[in-house]
Amino acid sequence: MIPELGHVALILALLLALSQSFFGLAGPIFNKPGWSAAAKPVGVGHFVFVCIAYGALTHAHIVNDFSVAYVAGHSNSSLPLMYRISGVWGGHEGSLLLWALMLAAWGALLGVYTKRIPLATAAKVLGVMGVVSVGFLWFMLATSNPFDRLIPAPLDGRDLNPLLQDPGLIIHPPMLYMGYVGFAVAFAFAIAAMIEGKVDAQWARWVRPWTAAAWAFLTIGIALGSWWAYYELGWGGWWFWDPVENASFMPWLIGTALLHSLAVTERRGLFKGWTLLLAVSAFSLSLLGTFLVRSGVLVSVHAFATDPDRGMFILAMLVFFIGGALALYAWRAPQLAQKGGFAPLSRETFLLANNMLFVVATLLILFGTLYPLFLDGLGLGKISVGPPYFNLVFIIPTLPLVLLMGLGMHSTWKKTDWSQLKGKLWPFALGAFLFALIVPLVVYRQFGLMKFVGVLLGVWVMAVAFIDPVKYWLRKRTLSGYSRTMIAMCTAHFGIGLFVIGVTMVETYGIARDIGMKPGDTVQVDDYSFTFVGTRDIEGPNYSAIQGEVIVEKDGRQVTTLYPEKRTYRVQQNPMTEAAIHARINRDLFVALGEPLGQGAWSMRIQYKPFIRLIWLGALVMALAAFFGMTDKRYRVRREEVVGSEAPGGAPGKLQEGVA
Amino acid sequence: MKSLKYLLPAIAFLVLVVFFYRGLFLDPRIVPSPLIGKPAPAFELEDLREPGKTVAMSDMLGQPAVLNVWATWCAGCRQEHPFLMQLARSGEVPLYGMNYRDERPLALDWLRRLGDPYVTVAYDPEGNGSLDWGVYGSPETFLMDPQGIIVYKHLGPLGPKVWETEFRPRIAAMQGAGQ
Repeated sequence: MIPELGHVALILALLLALSQSFFGLAGPIFNKPGWSAAAKPVGVGHFVFVCIAYGALTHAHIVNDFSVAYVAGHSNSSLPLMYRISGVWGGHEGSLLLWALMLAAWGALLGVYTKRIPLATAAKVLGVMGVVSVGFLWFMLATSNPFDRLIPAPLDGRDLNPLLQDPGLIIHPPMLYMGYVGFAVAFAFAIAAMIEGKVDAQWARWVRPWTAAAWAFLTIGIALGSWWAYYELGWGGWWFWDPVENASFMPWLIGTALLHSLAVTERRGLFKGWTLLLAVSAFSLSLLGTFLVRSGVLVSVHAFATDPDRGMFILAMLVFFIGGALALYAWRAPQLAQKGGFAPLSRETFLLANNMLFVVATLLILFGTLYPLFLDGLGLGKISVGPPYFNLVFIIPTLPLVLLMGLGMHSTWKKTDWSQLKGKLWPFALGAFLFALIVPLVVYRQFGLMKFVGVLLGVWVMAVAFIDPVKYWLRKRTLSGYSRTMIAMCTAHFGIGLFVIGVTMVETYGIARDIGMKPGDTVQVDDYSFTFVGTRDIEGPNYSAIQGEVIVEKDGRQVTTLYPEKRTYRVQQNPMTEAAIHARINRDLFVALGEPLGQGAWSMRIQYKPFIRLIWLGALVMALAAFFGMTDKRYRVRREEVVGSEAPGGAPGKLQEGVA
Repeated sequence: MKSLKYLLPAIAFLVLVVFFYRGLFLDPRIVPSPLIGKPAPAFELEDLREPGKTVAMSDMLGQPAVLNVWATWCAGCRQEHPFLMQLARSGEVPLYGMNYRDERPLALDWLRRLGDPYVTVAYDPEGNGSLDWGVYGSPETFLMDPQGIIVYKHLGPLGPKVWETEFRPRIAAMQGAGQ
């Protein structure tokens, strides 16, 4: 009964989404304020019904209702409760429902927090959100209904993919989807602006906090995914350039470019068309990711059950949303009035360079991801599209990006005085240079070009990130009154520095040993000795495992005992490697069981990963900074107050010149 | 002319859609490989582990055999590797490898570190041999009967479920027919 209620709720949600689209778009077009105003409550209702549907599916999982095909396919009566709840989004249909839930939630939030925005614009934004929702709900009901019954019901379910039975995976998809779907808001704002044919500073100010929120969620989502892959896939890498990872990373790159481009549009009224294009692209790439993951066009570790009908449907949706938006762009963008220029050396130039580098990186990654498709269509030349390609095409734009970031942060709008900039920054540049030259040599007794460049760039960005807030604090002994956007920008860039240091340290100083060990054997990795005690069999709730015991010592003192496992999940019978990790901020010790070699001996993967935590810490810092930036008071200015100050750069005072 | 550049994104997207559309129908998971039921394409490639030695398709004749196409840059190959090790230990069927668009040192290092489940591994850095086999991505796994006819092809990581439902019954059928 409850699954049927869920199904009905989903149908009602679709009808409400349809009316949300109608009221939102028809209201402003036919100039009926009553219709426009209706879009908000209808949007909230739409959210409520998706919630009901979602709750119904969760209920079916919790009570082990295996007469629901989706539950039978993705759960099992011995699955712990936590994973029964998170298993709701462990497969195609459920994750789609989560996606729809997030989309409706963003729509409802928009309904609540757009009081300061003129009704006509807010209604259009909600209308576009409604159209996107219609697409997804329709897709779900037509091809991927999570409430389909399975009669007769099986006695037990096929269990959740063991890879997904992990605490990190509980929050990874919701965060990621919040990010993906959050870009729908920027997309909707862009469509609304293109319908109106007007993009101004005020518009950019409305979009910025929404974009920042989506971007922050996406950052956390990607970082969690990377962290999960690191300890769950069992080979100690933290990024694999898998098509699905790329599918999440490309919207992130474009989203980052969008955040910066929005700053220019808000402060200077420039880059208008460009900002629109980025807003459309960020969400388009999110949709594209959905298509790639769910249509079976590309093969990936993460692939969902694939089906050509679904592929066709999503492709049609892509054509409608992306094609429609880009056609609107081609029509409207040339008409956008743009005035005001900037000197070759100015903050605008740096942000333009930032945008170019992000877009180039995205295009190269997009090409690499789709290469198998192109190859198939044309029979082109031969490059192996794996991590070597992606590492190369990502590092080339990133190095100048990080270098210029330090300069760009301290440049000024319109025109920057080079001698002033140089005077301000050269001590930090020199300091970073000496640090990168000396510290790795002293601490690690190794020198290498990539080590030097990586440390140099990371330290450089971190060193210059807080110059201005610190100066302000030294003068005033307080940070109140200092622009929060500015603090957010400094902090996010500091996070980039942490990330760069983390990547450099792991990739250049990390040690990986793969060796066969008999019980009693000891191996030395860096300053640590690893002694293999032996293995024993253990039983988990829904798996059996062989658990190894490894004692780690440093200078004769015991650091920890690690218990890596090799699990076999009873239902799906996949062998899974469960690595054991001892984590500290400055290093991880990673032990994974490989293959049995006979007579109690095992091949073991032992890794020393210096500063790998900084990779995820950096991402977390960036995300928190973006959330903090949303609290800037300029986003709370009431509509009445800003009517008179729509001129670009209208907000007075030097301290307002943040860009983050 | 000026407004033409604003059309570029839409045009680029259209080109992408054409590829996506074709990709949907080229998908080897949906359309069975045209090679199924046909003799396996012949190849003569260098042995990955012993440069100078040749590995040929004919090596696999005489009994049911499995050919796994893999590469070190492919994440799915990592995922299926523990299962391949299991399969090799079980000795159910000889497992041959074809190393696809890879570099020898990387591939050898992989086998040394993760274990080597293969009877022999053909080294195909240019993808010439794999091209005849219609290899689309990796991992791909082919099942051949004793006469070298391709009986089944699996795209994506191999696992116990696929093995149980698709490979094992076919192997059993071949062995039944052979007796």
